[in-house]
Amino acid sequence: MNYAVEIKDLDLYFGNVKVLQQLNLDIYKGEFLVLLGSSGCGKSTLLNCIAGLLEVTDGQIFIGGNNVTWAQPSERGIGMVFQSYALYPQMTVEGNLSFGLRNARMPRDEISKRVSRAAGILQIEPLLKRKPAALSGGQRQRVAIGRALVRDVDVFLFDEPLSNLDAKLRADLRVEIKKLHEQLDNTMIYVTHDQIEAMTLADRIAIMKEGKIMQLASPNEIYNRPRNLYVADFIGSPSMNFLHGEIKDGNFLLDGITIPLKGYEFAADSSQGGKAILGLRPEHILTGDNLASATVRTTVTVELVEPMGSDTLIYSTLAGTFIHVRMDGQARVSPGDKVEIGFQPERASLFDPETEDRL
Amino acid sequence: MADTAVSTNVSSTASLRDGPRGPKPRRTFSRRNILLYGTLFVIAVYYAIPLYVMIVTSLKGMPEVRMGNIFSPPLEITFAPWVKAWSQACTGLTCKGLSIGFWNSVRITVPSVIISTIIASVNGYALANWRFKGANVFFTILIFGSFIPYQVLLYPVVILLREIGLYGKLAGLVIVHTIFGMPILTLLFRNYFSSLPEELFKAARVDGAGFWGIFLRVMLPMSIPIFAVAIILQVTGIWNDFLFGVVYTGPESYPMTVALNNIVNSTQGVVEYNVNMAATIITGLVPLTIYFVSGKLFVRGIAAGAVKG
Ligand SMILES: Nc1ncnc2c1ncn2[C@@H]1O[C@H](COP(=O)(O)OP(=O)(O)OP(=O)(O)O)[C@@H](O)[C@H]1O
Ligand SMILES: [Mg+2]
Repeated sequence: MNYAVEIKDLDLYFGNVKVLQQLNLDIYKGEFLVLLGSSGCGKSTLLNCIAGLLEVTDGQIFIGGNNVTWAQPSERGIGMVFQSYALYPQMTVEGNLSFGLRNARMPRDEISKRVSRAAGILQIEPLLKRKPAALSGGQRQRVAIGRALVRDVDVFLFDEPLSNLDAKLRADLRVEIKKLHEQLDNTMIYVTHDQIEAMTLADRIAIMKEGKIMQLASPNEIYNRPRNLYVADFIGSPSMNFLHGEIKDGNFLLDGITIPLKGYEFAADSSQGGKAILGLRPEHILTGDNLASATVRTTVTVELVEPMGSDTLIYSTLAGTFIHVRMDGQARVSPGDKVEIGFQPERASLFDPETEDRL
Repeated sequence: MADTAVSTNVSSTASLRDGPRGPKPRRTFSRRNILLYGTLFVIAVYYAIPLYVMIVTSLKGMPEVRMGNIFSPPLEITFAPWVKAWSQACTGLTCKGLSIGFWNSVRITVPSVIISTIIASVNGYALANWRFKGANVFFTILIFGSFIPYQVLLYPVVILLREIGLYGKLAGLVIVHTIFGMPILTLLFRNYFSSLPEELFKAARVDGAGFWGIFLRVMLPMSIPIFAVAIILQVTGIWNDFLFGVVYTGPESYPMTVALNNIVNSTQGVVEYNVNMAATIITGLVPLTIYFVSGKLFVRGIAAGAVKG
């Protein structure tokens, strides 16, 4: 029994709207799992089901090996942190932190011990006597995390905890959450639609679409070997370039260019060939000095240039398809220039245009 | 070239040019202001004059009232009409003034307001946060209920009260007011509780608070403004009620509004305008006071409740 949370054949319908269907997900003890997906795909719904805030239509949920499908939220051994912080406005920070413990009728000295421990970890001791209204966004979010912390639970649930904060604070708190995870070593399930958060925090990412998990894998795997078109398109910014062509005799034929696929690891047997989509990340298209390692090369005309400081993005057309290329930030190019580009087929992804699955 | 222009502009102090600078000056006697304040003044006078006439008349003796100068201030201020209205004016057969009606009204209003507000707040909370089975049906019925004209229900309720032996008693009227206030009050509370962030409720559930725990310790402290609104609504509504009062109570338990009506409409002897005016003001004083007192509370409640987080 190495799983902290197991979700088995979970269905959740709101009336006729089937939000989650036959969802299965096993989360290891101590794992940091990120649920990533576009708005409305059912991330919060799944989290609320795990927390017991929504009654499931069918299926089972196990936490720490116990079947908690019918258990109250407070009995499940979970702590939850919400996007809007959801602090009790009439209570002080201390009152907020201790509310759950008081409901559990815990002895007074134990409560104060736990509150001060959590306040210590989150560095909010000076704020304990204040009301939430007198706190900054970052401080409020820390209190919200503290509320889960004092309850000494095994599983933390975060529903977009940072999306109400500005970019700088978000980055800071992201690091803090990561540190907290290393320190506490408990299981964390984290909902976000921010890719950077997902990539930096997660041990594994579950990419969701319309209530189904499209891929569950490490950030590295998801980035490098997306299992289908949706995942490939969703992860990465700017997103992957997709070129339509054909596989024939171990080569990808793209509008007159022949790309040898030697070195590409096929996910399935696809020796028979046929129509295919070649996915190339903008940052995997090589230019300038890096061209040496490219096995496939061609020349394109620059149409648009977006200097972004650390790197420069150029827009161009390859084989009738609009593509993005990420170049070095120091590159001096202007629209109309001819640029030689190249890539390594083993870093590309191939997809079946019918099933949209990885080849 | 453009670069240098930008950098010099930043480093040197900018020199002002002719033309508008700072806030736009506003004339006190602009045409707009005259129109606005003029209109407001006229409206204020329009509403204030009847009140003025009432107060002035209630402070005059009958000889002075008969002189007919309703706008002139009293030559000789007397509080006799007020005393008479309170304790001696005749309401039908008895001549004990408004005092009896006043205490009846207090005994009707206080329990009705408290009971209906408590029940409606719990109803509203349950409807907004605990989506129990049939909640929608219940809510629809409730909304429907708030549109039923009272006249339709007058007689059935008489029978109902008679059957349970409360017809003509204060307790019966308290029940009637509580029930009739329920749809609109529940609606009010439900909408308020729905407007509170749902995540707060979820957080409280994760923290192990139950139905009453969440209501009393999380929701109630945030609901002072809506309680103020509900209480204002109920107090003014019930205090000013005439119809239910006259239908469901007997002469000993008539509320103040009915007593007032009996004083003003009594047909024997001369019409004592000064006493009538005093009686009317006394009757209206209670909702007026409530309005001012809880109006303040209302504002403070909003300020206390307007906490995001
Ligand atoms: N109470 C409800 N009744 C009906 N449909 C609902 C209800 N709550 C959510 N939904 C629907 O369920 C779907 C999933 O909602 P959910 O809140 O889980 O999305 P999400 O992935 O968290 O999105 P976001 O990133 O915007 O928070 C949405 O299509 C939403 O419209
Ligand atoms: Mg959500």
